[in-house]
Amino acid sequence: MKVRAQMGMVMNLDKCIGCHTCSVTCKNVWTNRRGTEYVWFNNVETKPGRGFPVDYEDQSKWNGGWELDRRGKLKLKAGGPLRKLANIFSNPDLPQLDDYYDPWTYDYDKLISSPSSEHQPVARPKSQVTGGDLDIQWGPNWEDDLAGSAEHAAFDPNFKKIQEEVKQGFEDTFMVYLPRICEHCINPSCVASCPSGAMYKREEDGIVLVDQDACRSWRFCVSGCPYKKVYFNWHTGKAEKCNFCFPRIEAGMPTVCSETCVGRLRHLGVVLIDTDRVEAAASVKDEQDLLEAQLDLMLDPDDPEVREQALRDGIPADWIDAASYSPVYAMAKKWKIALPLHPEYRTLPMVWYVPPLSPMESVGKALIRDGDDEDAANIFAAIDEMRIPMEYLASILSAGDVGPVRRSLERLTAMRRYMRDLNLGDEARPEIATDAGMEPHELEAMYRMVAIADYDDRYVIPKRHGEVSEGAFVEQGSCGIKFANGAPVPGLGEMTGVNAPDPYMGALAAARDGEAPETGALAVEEPDPDFDVRDLLSRHGGKPGTASAGGGDA
Amino acid sequence: MIPFATSVPATAAYVVLPYVALAIGITGLIWRRRTDSFGWTARSTELLESRILRFASVIFHVGVLMAIGGHVLGILIPESWTEAVGISDDVYHLLAVAGGISAGIAVIVGFLALMYRRFTNPRVRVTTTDMDLVIFGLLAVGIATGMAATIFNIPDSVNYRESVAPYFRQIFIFQPDPSLMTGQGVATIFQVHVIAVWFLYAAWPFSRLIHAFTVPVTYPIRSPIVYRPRNPRAAAARAKRYGSGSPDYSPSIPAGPQPTGSTGGRSRAAQGE
Repeated sequence: MKVRAQMGMVMNLDKCIGCHTCSVTCKNVWTNRRGTEYVWFNNVETKPGRGFPVDYEDQSKWNGGWELDRRGKLKLKAGGPLRKLANIFSNPDLPQLDDYYDPWTYDYDKLISSPSSEHQPVARPKSQVTGGDLDIQWGPNWEDDLAGSAEHAAFDPNFKKIQEEVKQGFEDTFMVYLPRICEHCINPSCVASCPSGAMYKREEDGIVLVDQDACRSWRFCVSGCPYKKVYFNWHTGKAEKCNFCFPRIEAGMPTVCSETCVGRLRHLGVVLIDTDRVEAAASVKDEQDLLEAQLDLMLDPDDPEVREQALRDGIPADWIDAASYSPVYAMAKKWKIALPLHPEYRTLPMVWYVPPLSPMESVGKALIRDGDDEDAANIFAAIDEMRIPMEYLASILSAGDVGPVRRSLERLTAMRRYMRDLNLGDEARPEIATDAGMEPHELEAMYRMVAIADYDDRYVIPKRHGEVSEGAFVEQGSCGIKFANGAPVPGLGEMTGVNAPDPYMGALAAARDGEAPETGALAVEEPDPDFDVRDLLSRHGGKPGTASAGGGDA
Repeated sequence: MIPFATSVPATAAYVVLPYVALAIGITGLIWRRRTDSFGWTARSTELLESRILRFASVIFHVGVLMAIGGHVLGILIPESWTEAVGISDDVYHLLAVAGGISAGIAVIVGFLALMYRRFTNPRVRVTTTDMDLVIFGLLAVGIATGMAATIFNIPDSVNYRESVAPYFRQIFIFQPDPSLMTGQGVATIFQVHVIAVWFLYAAWPFSRLIHAFTVPVTYPIRSPIVYRPRNPRAAAARAKRYGSGSPDYSPSIPAGPQPTGSTGGRSRAAQGE
């Protein structure tokens, strides 16, 4: 047994209202830069739908993730290192910009600067890549709230696995919001796909990062990730991805997407993982056993043996305590209400989802709402009548096995029934809990976690330890992305628009010349003579020799 | 009259230029390695356009690799060695012409297709830097003169293995004899090719061509999943102290502070260590 701590997230889909606040705040913080206009570290998809990028879940097309070879050994679906090196001049599985979308802005200036004329001036869409006119065909979240689903939803790769006929008539429509970030997998195929070894998992918290100084633009991580959550910055020629807001996590703060979630549906916590058994867990033969195998990797932080080994493996004591209170461990392993996204990719993802309850399909069977729920069997039968087909959820969350989805929904329903009695002052019925395979006190704890969802219950994030890492003091006031063309600068903070000069370069040059930006949130660091990084990437007319302080992780 | 071989222009072209180019190239490479690991990338544009790239990039790179192999065989390896293993002059020439022409065609077709792609696709065009333009120009001259020299030499009129090749090897033992390049047997096209390519070498480290120096040859022997501690030094020290939890991250990542101003390096510097 070798214990490592791993950060994880659980999203309670029952509470997602699809407002995209997570996506927008994430974008403002991390990808509001040239080269990353099309990049959404966090996006919210409406399912059924084709997703972002288009059909990313269809691994017969993209060859992301892992598979077992004939001898049952784990291998990258797109082929091993030799095959990758043979394809290094042209990656056959790489999505195109149009599979995401051509990012655009509008020519807003027209509205103000046009001379007076008979007709109103129009702000035309302009590509943020080329600056040219754009005929918009597809965009981020194009399928919001089932927009265009009559045309597109049938292509949803998750339907392929469902045996029975999919109901898509108007009166049968259903939808689920699916917020997605990088899964920070325990067995990340992007890391294994990187020829340069630039991608890595952090030992301390399992966060998957790209070393911007080591990335060499081979782009196999982009195609290797089955969730398509590694993006290619076309301006710098480097891969970038969701970094789990590691500067915040290290300070004990939740990620930006979690912090700003209005539905308060995101939970963050640490789980202890037995890293010795990762490969075995990812190699179980039956896809539908992957969920159990992954749960099996999560060690019980209250087990004295585990605690001792964790200490021996260098995990700080407060991290082990945090694992005890981890909402991720509770929801995934203790209560088994959270499920991983597409476990069949064999990456052992660490962003889990509580499947959503949904209205009963026929009024006659809406027993829960009517209170006519004496018979637990009736209730559980009613779960099958929910509007979102369980098979559909299962094809997203449990490799097609409806068992775990049903168990989760049963427990969520049981929690509601049990707590309603308590809230109405009726006598508690412990059999509701036992019928769902739980203890009454567990249902109450679950209620506290998913319904009350206090800030401190949702986010149990141990801080990083300065004494075993480098001092963080010197990094105060700096921003997470430190490389050239790093981040929007307050005061100059316009989004990169048509033919916009790179604001970061300008700001750095200004700082050099002693004209620091007025707002001080991004303190431009004193140029360190030891790390005079020249930007050889500056575009036409760009001033070479503008320095940025060091590399960084993104 | 001073013979051309020892004249100022010949010395400049065949003695001064190579050493200046090599000095700039090698120091530039070290400088960039130490200061700009971030900029060290192939800067792929496959995301923006893949249909032309799919064949053009492959043809171009395969052609370039063939051409490099041909130069190693023809220029770096002395004639006496190939003769020693039984390759006669005629056989060698046949090999060189056949290989050289096919490599040249591949390079030219690939290069032209890539240039067409770069300048007609608006997305790819915006990623083009000024340095790219310089390097494309140098590449074009190098490729054109190289191909021309190969074609020119189909009748085997220039035995470059007795002129250009020894001269090239002499550079590395610091005894270049420019008269080998200016002698009767060396056609102008060879001279132009040799001179043009020195400029390419000098510009190499400052351009996107540096990606050629980071071919990920260690990838097949690396452990698939790379773990890295936040601070490798601290983690190693901790492991030493407690005798366990030795960092088992892949050795493909240097454990020390990155030479290019990674956060760890700067922090320690700032702390006065």
